[in-house]
Amino acid sequence: MTASFLAEDYLEIRDLTVDFDGFKAVDGVDLTLLQGRLHFLIGPNGAGKTTLVDALTGLVRGTGGAKFRDHDLLTMKSHMIVRLGIGRTFQTASVFEQLSVLQNLDIAAGVHRAARRSVFARGRVPERVEQALETIGLADLAHRPAGILAHGQKQWLEVGMLLVQDAKVMFLDETVAGMSSGEREETGELLKRIVGDRTIVVIEHDMDFMRRYADFVTVMHTGRVLAEGTVAEVQADQRVQEVYLGTATEAATHG
Amino acid sequence: MTLTTTRSANEPGGGADPAVAPPAHGRRRASPARLLDTYGSLIAIGVIAVVLLVWAPSSLSQFRLDNLGKYCALALASMGIGLAWGRGGMLVLGQGVFFGLGAYAMAMHMKLEAAGPGGVPDFMTLYGDGTMPSWWEPFRSAPFTIFAIVALPAVVSFILGYAIVKRRVKGAYFAILTQAMAVAFATLLIATIKQTGGFNGLNTFSTVFGHNLFDPEVKRNLYRVAAGLVVVFLLVLWQLYRSRYGELLVATRDAEERIRFLGYDPANIKLVAFVIAAVMASIGGAVFVPIAGIISPTNVDASASIMLLAGVALGGRASLFGPVLGAIAVGYGRSTLSETFPTQWTYFLGALFIVVIVLLPGGVASLWPKLRSRWPSPTAETPANGDHDVDRSQPAVPA
Ligand SMILES: Nc1ncnc2c1ncn2[C@@H]1O[C@H](COP(=O)(O)OP(=O)(O)OP(=O)(O)O)[C@@H](O)[C@H]1O
Ligand SMILES: [Mg+2]
Repeated sequence: MTASFLAEDYLEIRDLTVDFDGFKAVDGVDLTLLQGRLHFLIGPNGAGKTTLVDALTGLVRGTGGAKFRDHDLLTMKSHMIVRLGIGRTFQTASVFEQLSVLQNLDIAAGVHRAARRSVFARGRVPERVEQALETIGLADLAHRPAGILAHGQKQWLEVGMLLVQDAKVMFLDETVAGMSSGEREETGELLKRIVGDRTIVVIEHDMDFMRRYADFVTVMHTGRVLAEGTVAEVQADQRVQEVYLGTATEAATHG
Repeated sequence: MTLTTTRSANEPGGGADPAVAPPAHGRRRASPARLLDTYGSLIAIGVIAVVLLVWAPSSLSQFRLDNLGKYCALALASMGIGLAWGRGGMLVLGQGVFFGLGAYAMAMHMKLEAAGPGGVPDFMTLYGDGTMPSWWEPFRSAPFTIFAIVALPAVVSFILGYAIVKRRVKGAYFAILTQAMAVAFATLLIATIKQTGGFNGLNTFSTVFGHNLFDPEVKRNLYRVAAGLVVVFLLVLWQLYRSRYGELLVATRDAEERIRFLGYDPANIKLVAFVIAAVMASIGGAVFVPIAGIISPTNVDASASIMLLAGVALGGRASLFGPVLGAIAVGYGRSTLSETFPTQWTYFLGALFIVVIVLLPGGVASLWPKLRSRWPSPTAETPANGDHDVDRSQPAVPA
C-alpha cells in the first residue's frame, strides 16, 4: 500500500485471545492494521470477527496485546478507547431512533466538547456535523427522526457518527448487509472518500463488495487468522477456498 | 452466509420515502409549528406562573392556599423524579430521603429558633436529659441551614449515586436499593427519638427566619416561595431538557451501551441527574416544613416516596409539566378524598395508578403530543416518553 510507509497510527494486535469459559472465540490473533486503507475482515459465521472487535473496544475481555499510540486497548474502558480515536458500529443498527439525524450526529460529536458547555442548547450546527451531513448524504433529512430512515441510511448515519467523533480507526461490522446493490455501491464510494489517513476495518460477507473495495484482506476462521493479503492473494489461497467451499458455498459463488 | 435482511422489514418507516422528507429548505426554518414546539413550553410556564402566583393567592382561602403550597413543595420533589426517572431511566423509589434531608434541616433550624438563643428544643428535655447533640448546633445559623439544604443532599446523593450507578446497577436493582434507603432512613429517624423527635418528628414551630408563622401575610409569602420555586425549577428543567445534556440523558436512558461507544461514561451522565433530583427533593422538603408545620418519618418513608412517584407516573414522567400537575392532582385528590372516604381513598388512587400505567404509560401529559400530532408539524425535537425502548445496541450473538 502506498500509504503504509507513512503509517504511524497503526494498531498492532499481538496474540489476542478471547476465552468464553474455555471456548476460544478468538485464538491468538496477530494483526496489524495500517493507516489509509480499507482493511476487510472476512470469514464464515462464528469465525470470531465480531468478538475480535468487541475485545478491541472493551466490550469483552481479551488477553494478549493491542497497542495504539502507546496505549494497550485491552486494559482500557470502552469510552476511553473511543476517546483515543477508535470507533465502531454494531451488527444491528443502533442509532437513537427518537432523536433527529442532526441530534444523533451532535451527540456523537460531543466527546470533543467541554462538559460545562453541554448545559446549553445547540445554537448553530457545528461545522464538523454540517460536513458529516453532507458527506453521508443525509443533509436533507437532518431534522427527521433517525427512526424513519431506511436501513441503508441508518448505516450511513452510523458512519457519520464515527466521522464527527473523528475516529482514526473505524470498525464497521457488516455495514452493507441488507443493503440494495445501489446502496452498497454508495457505501463503498463513501468509505473510499473518508478513508484518508484513517484505518477502516470492514467486516463483510459480501464477496463482490470486498473484491471491489478492499485494499487488504484478512480471513478469519475458528478464531484464528487463516490468510492475509490482497484480494487476489487471498482468493488464490487454497485454505480460504476450502473454508468457503466447505462451510458457505453461497459466499464463494456469490457473483 | 447470513446477509442480514430481516432488519429492514421491521423498520418503522419502511424505506425513507423522499415524499416524507421535508423539502430542502426545511432546515431550521421558523414555521409556526416549530415556534410552538420551542416556545409553547415557555408560554405554558407563563400560564402556570400566573395561575399559581396571581390567581391562587387572590382567590383561594388561607386553608386551601396552604394546601396548594404543600403540593407545590411535593411537586419540586416530583420534578426531580421526572428528571431522574422520566428522562434518566432511573426508577428512584427513595426520594423521600432527600425530601427528608431538606425538611429536617429546615425543621431543626426552626426548632432552634423556637427554643431561643442558647436554648434546647423542647422534645429533648421531654424524651431525653435536655442536652443537645453537637451536630444540631450549626443549624442555629440560618445561612448554614440554607447551605445544608442544598449541600447535604448533593453530597449524600453523589456518594450513593456513585456507589450505585458506577457499578452499573440498573432497573429493578436500582429501584430496590433506593427503596431500601428510604426504609432505612425512616427506621433510623424513629429509632433516634432523642435526637430527631422519633416517630412524632419535629413540630410546634413559631417562626421561620424570624417571621411569625401565625401571621397571615407570612403564610401567604411561604406559599409564594413554594409556588415561585415551582416556576423557577420549571424554567431550569426546560433549559436542561433542551440542552445537549438533556438530549444525552435521554439517549443514555434509551441505549446506554451505545452512549458508551460514543465516548461518554453513562454513569457520569446519570449521576448528574440523580444529584439534581436529590437537591430538588431537598429544597421541596425545606419549603414543605414551614407550611405544613410538621415533618415526621411518615412524610419521608418508603410509602411517601412511592406516593411521589405515583403523581409523576400519573402526570407523565418524561414530560416537563407532567410531574408538577401529577403532584398537585395527587395532593388535591388525597386531601378531598381522604375527607370523604378516609379509608378507601388509597385504593382509589391505586386503581387510578394502574389504569394510567396500563392505558396511558406516558401519563396524562402524553395526551398532548397525541392531540398535537393531528396537526402536521415537525416533532423531531421532542423525545418521547421512556417506555419506548430503542435498540439495546448489544451486538447480536450469532446463533
Ligand atoms: N458472549 C459469548 N459467550 C459465548 N460465546 C460467544 C459469545 N459471543 C460470541 N460467542 C461465540 O464466539 C464465536 C464467534 O462469534 P462472533 O460473533 O465473533 O463471530 P462472527 O465472525 O462475528 O460471526 P458472524 O459473521 O455470524 O457475525 C461464535 O461461535 C459465537 O457463538
Ligand atoms: Mg459478527
